[in-house]
Amino acid sequence: MLTLRVNGAIHKLVVDPDTPLLWVLREQLGLTGTKYSCGIAECGACTVHVDGEAVLSCVTPVGEVAGTDITTIEGFYGQVAEALRRAWIAEDVPQCGYCQPGQIMTAAKLLQEKSHPTDRAIDDAMSAVLCRCGTYPAIRRAIHRAAEKL
Amino acid sequence: MPREIKFCKGRRKFLIAGGIGGAAFLLGVYFKTGRELPKSTVELWRNIPDGFHPNAWLSIDGKGAVTVRINHSEMGQGITTALSMIIAEELEADWSKVDVQIAPADAVYKNPAFNTQMTAASTSVRTSWDILRKAGATAREMLIAAAAGTWNVPAGQCRAETGIVVHNPTQRRLAYGELTSKAAQLPIPGNVTLKKPENYRIIGHSYLRLDTIAKITGEAVFGIDVQLPSLLTAKIVRPPIIGATLDKFDARRVNSMPGVGSVLAIDSGVAVVADTFWQAKQAADMLEIKWSAKGCDDLSSEKFSQQWAELAAKEEGRSIYKKGDVQKAMSNASKTIRAVYELPFQGHATPEPMNCTAYVRDGKCDIWAPTQHQDATQEIAAKITGLPYKDVTIHTTFVGGGLGRRIAVDYVAEAVQISKAMKKPVKVIWTREDDIQNDLYRPASYNVVTAGMDQNGLPIAWAHKIVGPDHMAQALPGLIPSMIPYWAPRGARNLASSIFDTIAPRVIPGKKIIEGAGPLPYAIDNLQVNYIYADPGIPTGFWRSVAYSQNTFVVESFLDEIAAATGRDSFDLRDRLLVNTPLLRNVLRLAAEKIRWQEKPAVDLFRGIAALEFHDTLLGMIAEVSVSKHGEVRVKRFVCAVDCGVVINPKIVVAQIESGITFGLTATFKGQITINKGQVNQSNFDEFPLLSMHEMPQVEVYLVPSSRPPTGIGETAVPLVAPAVANAVFAATGKRIRKLPIDPDDLLDS
Ligand code: FES
Ligand code: FES
Repeated sequence: MLTLRVNGAIHKLVVDPDTPLLWVLREQLGLTGTKYSCGIAECGACTVHVDGEAVLSCVTPVGEVAGTDITTIEGFYGQVAEALRRAWIAEDVPQCGYCQPGQIMTAAKLLQEKSHPTDRAIDDAMSAVLCRCGTYPAIRRAIHRAAEKL
Repeated sequence: MPREIKFCKGRRKFLIAGGIGGAAFLLGVYFKTGRELPKSTVELWRNIPDGFHPNAWLSIDGKGAVTVRINHSEMGQGITTALSMIIAEELEADWSKVDVQIAPADAVYKNPAFNTQMTAASTSVRTSWDILRKAGATAREMLIAAAAGTWNVPAGQCRAETGIVVHNPTQRRLAYGELTSKAAQLPIPGNVTLKKPENYRIIGHSYLRLDTIAKITGEAVFGIDVQLPSLLTAKIVRPPIIGATLDKFDARRVNSMPGVGSVLAIDSGVAVVADTFWQAKQAADMLEIKWSAKGCDDLSSEKFSQQWAELAAKEEGRSIYKKGDVQKAMSNASKTIRAVYELPFQGHATPEPMNCTAYVRDGKCDIWAPTQHQDATQEIAAKITGLPYKDVTIHTTFVGGGLGRRIAVDYVAEAVQISKAMKKPVKVIWTREDDIQNDLYRPASYNVVTAGMDQNGLPIAWAHKIVGPDHMAQALPGLIPSMIPYWAPRGARNLASSIFDTIAPRVIPGKKIIEGAGPLPYAIDNLQVNYIYADPGIPTGFWRSVAYSQNTFVVESFLDEIAAATGRDSFDLRDRLLVNTPLLRNVLRLAAEKIRWQEKPAVDLFRGIAALEFHDTLLGMIAEVSVSKHGEVRVKRFVCAVDCGVVINPKIVVAQIESGITFGLTATFKGQITINKGQVNQSNFDEFPLLSMHEMPQVEVYLVPSSRPPTGIGETAVPLVAPAVANAVFAATGKRIRKLPIDPDDLLDS
């Protein structure tokens, strides 16, 4: 039995502790906002927050995050979340939308560290999340816009 | 304009409680298909029985809420928003009350471009423009008539605006919701007046996409997100060598692994079915499988280009497009040049890997799939289950990238086969490795181009010989059964498919694979495109802009070679050759003006230009690059001018250009699929890398105001990227790129 705290709720789960957090979130907790795209830490679609840090859930064994505080896109709230979502709406960022939860969770971490990131800082942080649709220019604009509100 | 959208969390709970029916209701944008015969409008709207539904495309309820039916898949191109805007415009709807919904299968929802319900080839807006405007206008006229009748005044004294009918002289008002029952009694007018473009209040505005909110909260349901009670997940192990088949497998070590329910052979390989994906994957990795030796284990990428070069030298090929007399003109030319261009096989790498959920039981089959092709999805399920169409229901989820890959239904067949065997709901999930190794690749090609110039240096003869596979020859046999009318019996469908399988390689090749190679928009009097069909057996398919992405690279690069060989400016050469296509010439001029082509760029920056007529969408693109002494190319900026007719939603059009540029850059610099001994060398994003944010240049898009009917946009930017960049690299280095992706080593000074 493993205890997981996700978006503020406690879950007691029977699960192989080596299972990647991603699949536990998606299949056992029904939190499908966190996406699978590569499974090998190459694309960032599966990014969640673990104790406030951005973590790639596809390569994080669930056993390692027992007892931590996990936040997924579904439970991502607060000032930064609000600013990001408003900016994402203003720039109408998503296309297919598949990478967007990972983009937003990664952008959140960036804004927590640097409240007014330069283009360079945005590139550095956001290059961790691939977008096949090419929403990159819109994401850049949206992050600047969100930063203005913070 | 932020708006409340119906993808909410509470509903997902209902998904689990409500089972299949509930789930269907939940999938946001989805379609239901399942009838053999065209239905009446009343039947089509059985899920909203009360209210006013004048046609297959829209319904208005007593509260004035408008439901629009979309017959295309939302895969990022913004189609659910664009099509809704067209209807809402003519309907004079209150945009905040417009929602998108279900399009059940019916002849009326087929894409007229293909006679099958499919989202492809940038056809959605173009084919829907007249149909949807008329649908909206018909409803508007009927609502006005209903109000006029209520007030007993002439309809001519009334107008409709934002969901309300107003009686002009008295300013009396009735909301659409109050008029539905009366409007529903009225005859449907045959001829309706469409709005004048100067009166548009929705079309031409960058309204927020209807799917944005769901996509930033994690609530959007993609195929891979579908949840059902007792849902099992399958991971399939497929032959590592293209064309190999299953000999035998040993599941003893696997059967007892946690969560594993079943291990079974299906057409594409061995399926491991378990409670969760991870359990299925763990077990699949342990499976011992023996594959038949019969694969195409002698296939290798280097060999193809060698063979194709020999073929090109030996054979004339079939003449697919011909204008004038190339041979004669070539012999009269004062100068000729010749070049060879090579393009690789390309993968799709849709962000959401292939997946499909199927539930086959008691004479029924439900499919949840991120598909681009509803009719083919239904057809393959009907074929496998033996069920009539009416019992096969397709629920289209949000699509995490289509890119042409999801026109095929191989992944649907797998889910249906497994669910049929197990009589349980099963979701098949491909890993990224499965996805890249079992893709249906954009064809590779080997191109020989020759041009002859007159004494002024202008091309008078142009010969293009293409060697390689044709995706159509492989794809069409699979598509045919879904294009046949619903009433045709199963036997006829299967027969049509198998006949096509046999004859397709003989009759199809060349028709589509030369798109972008001929005709050309340029005034070159003698032009010939020949094709040599050479299919080594690598699975091929559609790919965002397919043949255009290959041929435009060749054409626009070679045009640049002509300019260089004759000492002409590459913009001037194109400008001169576009005399007969003034619309495209204007577009190219706009791009040149915006980048200030006549002025020198900053030090270390170099420019390349390309133009394209993609069906009737016209584009001019200029890339600005710098090249380091290590041969590293940095693309700094793109300027793209576009004429796509009337623009429905400018922000979505701009996003599609940015999107096409990103996709094109990946193919220009990064991705390619190579084969060694029948095996695909690439398997995940480490080996098939995608463009990432730090490599993304600045993009400026200029839309040419136009009153032409809207054309397509989704694919159109892709083909221009490689030639614009390659031509800029030539300007920077004097080195001509004739092979993609660009290899920095080729740019080093030797
Ligand atoms: S799915 Fe985790 S990084 Fe790609
Ligand atoms: S929006 Fe489609 S992958 Fe990013």
